[in-house]
Amino acid sequence: MSECSDCHACGGTTVVEFPGSATAPKAVALIGPPNSGKTTLFNRLTGLRQKVANFPGVTVEQHTGMAELPDGRLLRIIDLPGVYSLSPRSEDEQIAHDVLTGQRADTPKPEAILLVLDSTNLGRHLMLAAPILALGVPTLIVLNMADDLRKRGGRIDMAALSKELGAPVALINARQGEGMEQVTDFLAGVMPKPAPKELPILQDVPKCRAWAGRVSGQAAYRPPIAPKWTRRLDAVFLHPVLGPLVFLCVVVAVFQTIFSIADPSKDAVDWLVRVSGKWVASVLPAGLLQSLLVDGVWKGVGSVIVFLPQVLLLFLFIGILEDSGYLARAALIADRTMAKVGLQGKSFIPLLSAYACAVPAIMSTRTIENKRDRFATILIAPFMTCSARLPVYSLIIAAFIPDRHIVGRLLSQRTAAMMGLYILGFLAAVVTARVLKSSILKSGRSPFLLEMPSYRWPTWQSIGLRLFDRSKVFLRRAGTVILLVTVLLWISMNIPYAHGKPPVLENSLAGTIGRTIEPVIKPLGFNWKVGIGLLTAVAARETIIATLGTIYGMDPKTQEEGLQKAIHDDLTPGGAFALLVFFAFAMQCISTIAVVRRETGGWKWPAAQFGYMSALAYVGAFVAAHVIR
Amino acid sequence: MQLSGNKIQPEAFSATLMDLRRGDAAILDRIDLPGDDARRLMEMGFLPGTRVTAGRSAPGGDPQVFQVDGSEVALRRETARRLKVRLEKKKTPRA
Repeated sequence: MSECSDCHACGGTTVVEFPGSATAPKAVALIGPPNSGKTTLFNRLTGLRQKVANFPGVTVEQHTGMAELPDGRLLRIIDLPGVYSLSPRSEDEQIAHDVLTGQRADTPKPEAILLVLDSTNLGRHLMLAAPILALGVPTLIVLNMADDLRKRGGRIDMAALSKELGAPVALINARQGEGMEQVTDFLAGVMPKPAPKELPILQDVPKCRAWAGRVSGQAAYRPPIAPKWTRRLDAVFLHPVLGPLVFLCVVVAVFQTIFSIADPSKDAVDWLVRVSGKWVASVLPAGLLQSLLVDGVWKGVGSVIVFLPQVLLLFLFIGILEDSGYLARAALIADRTMAKVGLQGKSFIPLLSAYACAVPAIMSTRTIENKRDRFATILIAPFMTCSARLPVYSLIIAAFIPDRHIVGRLLSQRTAAMMGLYILGFLAAVVTARVLKSSILKSGRSPFLLEMPSYRWPTWQSIGLRLFDRSKVFLRRAGTVILLVTVLLWISMNIPYAHGKPPVLENSLAGTIGRTIEPVIKPLGFNWKVGIGLLTAVAARETIIATLGTIYGMDPKTQEEGLQKAIHDDLTPGGAFALLVFFAFAMQCISTIAVVRRETGGWKWPAAQFGYMSALAYVGAFVAAHVIR
Repeated sequence: MQLSGNKIQPEAFSATLMDLRRGDAAILDRIDLPGDDARRLMEMGFLPGTRVTAGRSAPGGDPQVFQVDGSEVALRRETARRLKVRLEKKKTPRA
């Protein structure tokens, strides 16, 4: 701590003056290389006041948030993508460059910059300081991970560094909040600014590196010793035999936990939905409105909401794996397998995040520079078992497969069935990739470069924010798309309404539509009720649960049964298996189709993808229905 | 591999990063890749004159992790063999 305690007094005498004088800047850009802890600082500055959107016209996500200064003023913080340089070659670098130079009409030119660098790797990270300082915008250079630097025996003279750079500097630990007052002081405009210095020629990487080396040398920078724990953990996680074994164990543990721990929490939410539904039924007079709310909305939307704990648990695990640094090792282990189907390790991370949701996964493929590799990854991503399939799988597996253990308490039949479905989707993706990469999307390979970050404990704050974010998305979807579909379904189940009574289900509009398409789906072992579910599931996969919840909820025969039992009685085992296979392959998600259209710049690819996946789903389900009878 | 002298004879030992085994270190000499690819490697720390140490690898030896300029970066063998190096003498005391 002694190195930085006096840095308020460091450097020259002039005080940083933001344009617009006495008031603090309206917009501040946050930039830094990948793995510098930029997002941790962003989370600490803005907390829950964050918004994620897309920069119009491109696929780069725009994270903005509001930060509150001690005096109550609010600042708009723009979190730019992690980049190694500002020379605009990738889309990320182009956006960072354009925002910082005020060339984007949709984003105000930042009046100040926070440049976040990893203090344990200053020599290399300082290279980015050259192009940033050259912009001439007031900039605070934030050296993050002060705790790591200290613990591992590194040191730096912050006063000397500030003098060499001609810019204010701060040594902080964003994870614990240490040194944050220096950042807020800068944002409030009260940090002294040293005299500007000459900068190296920006286009020349070796010269930039030499400059960074000289600056850190002048600041008596002593790099910390290699992270001991990272080496020790890599000895296990990258061990030729243990590594893949650990990888497998992690995957099994995740699924087993989702099943065993999620159940009680699911029951709790289920109970809440049921009790509140009964309460609504008791306060409303019997009639159409009561039926719409209780049978339509509550049973429909409610049967989707009960899966929120499970979906959050999946995101919790993915968040921990990503934030701890293990995901990069998993990508390394997977690279050779990916290479066999013609893809690369970089495709692995979007594909893994497609297990959560294909939409952000497809957006994250922009890190793949090779366009053909990128398209192939986009086309296979919806095969990965996304969290919207999880409720469908859970429901049908729980309805048809007994909860018996195969290997002691470690692996149950239900877990095995679930993993089988995940593998099925993965295989479909692999085979499709292989075909695409050896035909229409054949390409030369671009170099594979993947930085291995040091292992770190994930922070509750960052994981908590992710879960909060996902809950919002999940509930918004349940409250909009699924609610709308459910209400439309309820209406079509009440038409034609005659003599103050709804029609018998088979004769309603929904029933008529269902029975019209029944001949098409009969060979798959589905009846017309499931058919209606499949139609509504085109909007979003989990809608089928809401639909079936409403259908069985309105049907007097099944009204008193739970959804699980009603499905068990209504489907044959073959039909249930076929339904699972159908969901594993089909592209039932409007959001995914929309994002593919945007990313590939036209309808050609999403149309081909939808046709291919639907055909595969139909054939797969047909085979499944005839394997088990 | 033992080097006899300090004079570099490029033809005699055009070793690449791919030839390094775990724990071996070498000085990067040049990158035989097109401009943009080379630049990306340089931004990640692979600058000519930098010391590179071979680390662990994925099962099967590919890709391999290299320690370079304070960080660890994984490269496939097909990339690693485009990075020519001068081998360091074994047991050279570190600066």
